Amino acid sequence: MRYRCNMESERFTTSLRALGLGDRVLTSDAQLAAFGSDALTAFNQRPLAVVVVESAAEVAAVVRRCHEAGVPFVARGSGTSLSGGSVPVEGGIVIALNRMNRVLSVDPDARIAVVEPGVINLAVSAAAAAHGLAYAPDPSSQSVCTIGGNLAFNSGGAHCLKHGMTANHILGLRAVLPDGEVVDLGGESTEHVGPDWAGMFCGCEGLFGIAVEATLRLVPVPESVRTALAVFDSLERAGEAVAAIVGAGLVPVAMEIMDALAIEAAEASVKPAYPSGAALLIVELEGDEAVVEHELAAVEALLREAGCGELRATADPGERALIWKGRKSAFSAVGWLAPDYIVQDGVVPRTRLGEALREIDRLGAERGIRVANVFHAGDGNLHPLILYDGREEGAVERAEELAADILALCVDLGGSITGEHGVGVEKRDHMKLMFSAEDLGLMEDLRAAVDPGRLANPGKMLIPPPSASPAAVPNPAATA
Amino acid sequence: MKHEIPVEELGVRGPLMADPIASCVHCGFCLPSCPTYVTMGEEMDSPRGRIFLMKEVLEGKLEVELAQPYLDNCLGCQACETACPSGVRYGDLITEFRARAEVGRKRPRAQRLRRELALRTLPDARRFRAAAKSGALARKVRGAVPKALRPMVDLLPERLPAARPLPPSFPAQGERRARVALLAGCVQQALDPEIGWAAGRVLARNGVEVIVPAGQGCCGSLAMHAGDAAGARKLARRNLGAFPADVDAVITTAAGCGSGMREYGSLFLGESEEAAATALAGRTRDVAEFLADLGLAAAPPALAHPRRVAYQDACHLAHAQQVTAAPRRLLTAIEGLELLEPAEAELCCGSAGIYNVERPAVAAELGERKARNLLATGAELIASGNIGCLTQLQRQLANLDHPIPTLHTIEVLDRAYSQTL
Repeated sequence: MRYRCNMESERFTTSLRALGLGDRVLTSDAQLAAFGSDALTAFNQRPLAVVVVESAAEVAAVVRRCHEAGVPFVARGSGTSLSGGSVPVEGGIVIALNRMNRVLSVDPDARIAVVEPGVINLAVSAAAAAHGLAYAPDPSSQSVCTIGGNLAFNSGGAHCLKHGMTANHILGLRAVLPDGEVVDLGGESTEHVGPDWAGMFCGCEGLFGIAVEATLRLVPVPESVRTALAVFDSLERAGEAVAAIVGAGLVPVAMEIMDALAIEAAEASVKPAYPSGAALLIVELEGDEAVVEHELAAVEALLREAGCGELRATADPGERALIWKGRKSAFSAVGWLAPDYIVQDGVVPRTRLGEALREIDRLGAERGIRVANVFHAGDGNLHPLILYDGREEGAVERAEELAADILALCVDLGGSITGEHGVGVEKRDHMKLMFSAEDLGLMEDLRAAVDPGRLANPGKMLIPPPSASPAAVPNPAATA
Repeated sequence: MKHEIPVEELGVRGPLMADPIASCVHCGFCLPSCPTYVTMGEEMDSPRGRIFLMKEVLEGKLEVELAQPYLDNCLGCQACETACPSGVRYGDLITEFRARAEVGRKRPRAQRLRRELALRTLPDARRFRAAAKSGALARKVRGAVPKALRPMVDLLPERLPAARPLPPSFPAQGERRARVALLAGCVQQALDPEIGWAAGRVLARNGVEVIVPAGQGCCGSLAMHAGDAAGARKLARRNLGAFPADVDAVITTAAGCGSGMREYGSLFLGESEEAAATALAGRTRDVAEFLADLGLAAAPPALAHPRRVAYQDACHLAHAQQVTAAPRRLLTAIEGLELLEPAEAELCCGSAGIYNVERPAVAAELGERKARNLLATGAELIASGNIGCLTQLQRQLANLDHPIPTLHTIEVLDRAYSQTL
């Protein structure tokens, strides 16, 4: 049941306030407007209310109320989803977790940290730094995105090439299921008896409920780090260099490629002073000093063999920080080049990178749309940034068509429609490119087993079956 | 970000608001740098949230009265601009939006009175002195003062230093390397006249002829940043006439004044004085930036006793003017001075123009947080480039029972030169 009249919805929000939440239940038009979008502004929806929670008990109580009243809910941390994962659901509430931002404990011997879901990714490493430890997954938005969101979307990042995605770093979690029940999944080690429930929860995009506490694996800060920059006269050639490095058995901690447009955006924004060229390859190595020295020499030889132009490497922490700041700001920095963009997140097999990039280039040129490329080359995880001006008639539709074509291309080449940003609202229509009706039906059954009322972030990832309760579909571009 | 703002109807000043909204991509990178988001933890008290609110008001989808409390909460520190990868000019947006929203705005009487008093008293040294005297009296009968005015009374200094007007000029010593005009400042002259003298002396010692043009007055920044554009223009007009064009730079010593004067171009956008205002804005430099770019003719003598100094970035210097390296270069030119960096350096101290008068609780929370971060460095002295920050820090450090001295960067240099640091 969904509230359609004001009196009923007021009764519901009053009942939320009565949970001891008082003025942390936001209902004014201005308050709701601020929560209408996450980092994908093509989707916008005023929620019924926003509840700013401060404890796991409050999350459980609010979710239980939603369950009783049949009101859908979506969790939100810093609202940085690029797939509309935290965009409000029509007639539903937003549960804002950003004030639950405590690092509860760091155990240097067990190399684990226990955190609340609203902790900013980078704050975990900051808390662990005193022990020579760090939290490895590093989405580009790590200075702002929260662990709860990382967990829900199984976020990746530049350094996941060596360290793995978020799922590889979540040992255990406490979650509020869609009926308000609180469960503990996983534990404090990587191996457990029984099904990998924590693994199943990680990447669920909020469909299985809300994580209210996570036990994270920490890794030692390496003794030595070297970052090399190499320019190439084409993206394809840079892509081949990546394949050559992996083919030689080397495992850099990160391998990233930026094209000329992405470099231009980064230079306009944070001015990292990259060498200029058609393609920039960033290769980072970490480990024991002697090993890194040896590997760097091998990488440099391979880069030269692959025909790179300017090549430089640095161990200086300041210079390295600037290199990464440029790379990690690249999405937002394209705001310097165009008023709007769609960032895609397709994956292709690493060996077919060159082919994919050539084809993306052709598809963009065909429509006269500029595409900036910045991507996790080591993982074959592409991030084409489709630039457009939303004020032009039909521009957003043309950009979306191109985005769809690029995703279809990735699947054709044997890849996937998302590497790390998630399906959200944005790519749920493309799920059928990858999955058969039976596959999708199985997913829906699994979801219904956990959330029969389909109240947890409905309309994301999966298209609700016709038999399910209506709505839960945010308006695409309605008020953006 | 796509918007439906009727830009044409907003006139020549419309793009000051529409352009920043269009260039925001809503990524949220600004959130951790925003003092109100960090302390209040709600989206509408973040830069990204406020941009959304202003967008919806301009599009006619949201009533301005509903958005106002959250826009009022903004300190205007512009830390979000430093954090923004997309180059959103948030300062332009909020200043212009406030200027429009303030026209005809209804406020409760006591609030209006407080605001008027602050905006009329602070920019006028004579009135400020008079207010300080009556403030000492008012403190004694604080209970009888209307509640809305109490923050003002609390902020007035116990007593003011003796007035020391600046001389008409400081002749360059040695070979003349540059000629500049100095903004004397309004409230700074009353609270700490030594800063202006220190700037004159240090510049002169480094071969810079300094003139202090007669007829100048308050730069208008306080009014401009509080949404009183007409009042700001009135004050700024005086300076357009007073400051000569034949100087290498117009030097400001208060970060707030410098950032305001650098905005003269947009303040007078579409007015007859636009060209002159843009030219004056282009000549305006903070004293630290100018001196560091020129280079010290000779470094101060090494300190007899090493000093541990924490530098606090004034928001209107670091974020609004993007000057962060210059003051640090000057301070580290002093042999024996150890420069310390506080945690959360980008976070505003809460002073923010008349913010501490209008929003005393938030200002005090931020001030205490800043003071604690500065004390944690183990510093024995705090340097900063803005009178508002210096005053705020003095009060907060005293509240924490650690009243270590606070000095303007240029005073630190001045004392190093005269071997009195």
